[in-house]
This record gives sequence, structure tokens and C-alpha cells, in this order.
Amino acid sequence: MEFLQKVIHIYIERWPWFLELIGEQLRISLISVFLAASIGLVIGVLIAEYPRFREPVMAVCNVFYTIPAIALIGLLIPLIGIGEKNAIAAIVLYGIMPMVRNTCTGITGINAGTIDAATGLGSTRWQILLRIRLPLASGVILAGLRNVVVMSIATGSIAAFVGGGGLGEAIYRGITMYNPAMTFAGGFMLVVLALTCDFILGLIEKSIKKKWRIS
Amino acid sequence: MEDAIRFEHVTVRYGVQTALDDFTIGIHEGEFLTIIGRSGCGKTTALRLINGLRTPDEGHVYVKGRDIADSDLISLRRSIGYAIQDVGLFPHMTVKDNVAYVPSLSGMWNKSEKDEKVRPLLEMVGLDPELMKRYPDELSGGQKQRVGIARALAAGPEILLMDEPFGAVDEITRRSLQSEIKQLQKRLHITIVFVTHDIHEAMLLGDRMLVMDSGKVLQLDRPETVREKPAAPFVKELLSRVGTET
Repeated sequence: MEFLQKVIHIYIERWPWFLELIGEQLRISLISVFLAASIGLVIGVLIAEYPRFREPVMAVCNVFYTIPAIALIGLLIPLIGIGEKNAIAAIVLYGIMPMVRNTCTGITGINAGTIDAATGLGSTRWQILLRIRLPLASGVILAGLRNVVVMSIATGSIAAFVGGGGLGEAIYRGITMYNPAMTFAGGFMLVVLALTCDFILGLIEKSIKKKWRIS
Repeated sequence: MEDAIRFEHVTVRYGVQTALDDFTIGIHEGEFLTIIGRSGCGKTTALRLINGLRTPDEGHVYVKGRDIADSDLISLRRSIGYAIQDVGLFPHMTVKDNVAYVPSLSGMWNKSEKDEKVRPLLEMVGLDPELMKRYPDELSGGQKQRVGIARALAAGPEILLMDEPFGAVDEITRRSLQSEIKQLQKRLHITIVFVTHDIHEAMLLGDRMLVMDSGKVLQLDRPETVREKPAAPFVKELLSRVGTET
């Protein structure tokens, strides 16, 4: 009980600082999610359209996805230094994999009869992609995006270790100053942020699936 | 009578398998041609050659006198109606958007025209225009087939390709669809190439019927002639099923 009171006290006393950290965290996440989603979507579409590149591209994406986050951030230091850029680059490299995989799975999983009909009726490849494949794959693609968003918040918290800012800073400061209440306050805020983003994206996913009658 | 479609010495192979072997036939303008044969006999391949979904390894396919190898395939496909067995309706589009698909691809109809253009098409295939705003998953099997036919006819094609279109509907709906497509063909005077595995359907609908086996033409004639003078043992075997199928 005493511990919780300390946590609440920290929130009350230092709310402007926490707001600033939330702002930084959201900024890092938004930039990296936008980049990872855009790059992942394009690569996913390309490997769905050109299957011979699927295996090597997925293998490369898998390698980035398998490296532990802290190791990836460390590996990027000699290339791009420390700070926000390092954190963003790490999240982007991580986030590409779920986007590529889900985009490719969503597009290639569409009923063959639907694509055959669209082709037979005279659609160009581009029209099939924009009018048929992407709308029908949007449920799976959005599930990948949710994954990237939650992952970006989790990985973004490590950014504080290389001076990237965000809520990880509260955790980091709590550890170095041996202040468990501060560590908890930062961690709890991160959990709330991740769950809120996931909930909002879940609602968007549900409404798009309803609109386009996809399961 | 002039040929709307002509196959000349067409051979198609899938690996070592020959789907069509030196296939030569002509399909007349305004004719209802049914194609029947065992699974894998090449009937669907023949159909898919007409709209360029498959290209011949040897030989030529002519549509309205023009070799499709020299045609723009996108324009060719838009000028030919296409309806398939599992319908291939786009699940994320309403009935209206499905029917208006081809005209909207080629900019034939603008958005405001859609309602007035789709309405008579739905009526023509025996559907209530009120269904326009529904999605495919809200329709019965027979209604989906009708929407598929309306979509295939939307751009006013002179040729309609149908690949076992009534294969997935119940018997009563099937009979009713058969009679409606025959009437539609007479009314619109379009050329229909209709693939089926049902001999009863092939004889009922076809002005002529093509019996195929192993990528070859066994017989191409009027149903009465095929019945009276079957050209091969396989044709006889097929005909023995007439009357046993309801």
C-alpha cells in the first residue's frame, strides 16, 4: 500500500515530466510505426506478387526479428550513434517483419476464384491489387500493424538506454537511482499506453472488417 | 455462319500433361455451345484460352477474327463476359458494385449512373433490385449465381464464357437458372460457351455440344445428332447417363 502511495505521489509530483516522456514515446513510436508499416507493406506486396523473392526476403526479415532488441540497438551504435535515431532504426528493423509477413499472407490467402474472376473480367494487375487484394487482405495487414505498434512501444522503452527518451527513461532512472516506485511508475505507464493503442487499433480493425465483410 | 471464336491447331501443355492436343473448332456467332467431358479433359483450358487466361503453346485462337496473341488482353477480357463455378463475387463489395465492376473499370459508367444501370440488369436475371445494397454473404447460392451472370453481362458483351456456373446450386435452382440463361441468350443473341460435367445440362442448353476427352474433340454437333449418332464409345457412355440423372 505504501509502495502504491509512493507511485501515485510520483505521478502527482512529476506529471509534467511524465507527459513529456509520453510525448517522446508516442513520437518515436509513430515515426517508427509509419516507416515500418510503409516499408513492410511495399515489401509484402512485392513478394506476394513475385513469389521467387519471397523466401530470401523473409529470411532477411527473420534475421532482424530474431536479434534481441538491446543487441540490435547496440549493433546500430557504430552506424548511427546513440539517441532517438538509433531507437527509431531498431524499431523499424523489428517492425518490418510482422508487416511483411502479414501483408504477404493476407494477399496470397485470398480465394483463388475471386482473383480468377477479377482477372477474367479484365482487371489490370494494379486494379486487382488496389480493388481486390489489399481490401480483402486488410484484416490480416491490420493485425500485423497492431503487432508493430505494441512492439514499437515495448522496444521504444529500451531507447532510453541509448539516450532515446520516452517512458523507458523513467524505468532507467528508477533503476540507476534505486527507486522501485519510479521504475514501476514508468513501466505501468508503458503498459497502459500499449494497451490503449492496441485497443484503439482493435476498434479500427473491427470496423474495417465489418465494412469490407472480411473475417 | 461466321465464327465468333476459332481455335486452330491449339496445343496446351501443363508440364508433361497435354491439356489440349491439336484442338481445332469454330464457334458460331450467337451460338450456345456446351462443352462436356471428364475432369481434366481440357474443357476449362479451352474456355480460358478464349479470354487469354491461358495462352496456347502451339496454334492460334481467334476472337471475332482477330488472333488473341495480337490483342490487348485487358480490353479483350472486358469485352467478354466471364462467370465461374464458385461465382467469384467480390465479398467486400455490394451487389451493385459487383455488377458494376467491369463498366467501372473501363469508365463506362460514372457513380451516379450505377443505380439506374444495375437495376435492369438485376431484373433481367430475375433478381429483386432491392438486393442491390446487399453483400454476397447475405445472398443464397442461386442469387449469387444470378449476380455473377448480371456482372458478366454488365458491359454488354457479345461473348459469354461460363465455367460450370450452376455446379454449386441445388437441383431446383439449377433447372430454373438453366431455363433463364437459355432465354437470356436468345433474347440478347450473344455467343455463349458453357462448360459443364452434366450431360443433361449440355444437351438441354447447347445449340451444339462439344464432347472432349484427353484434350481432343470427340464430337461436335447438335445434341439430337450426338444422341442419334454418337461418334465414340465415350460419347455413348455419357449418353447412357441421360435419363438416369434427374
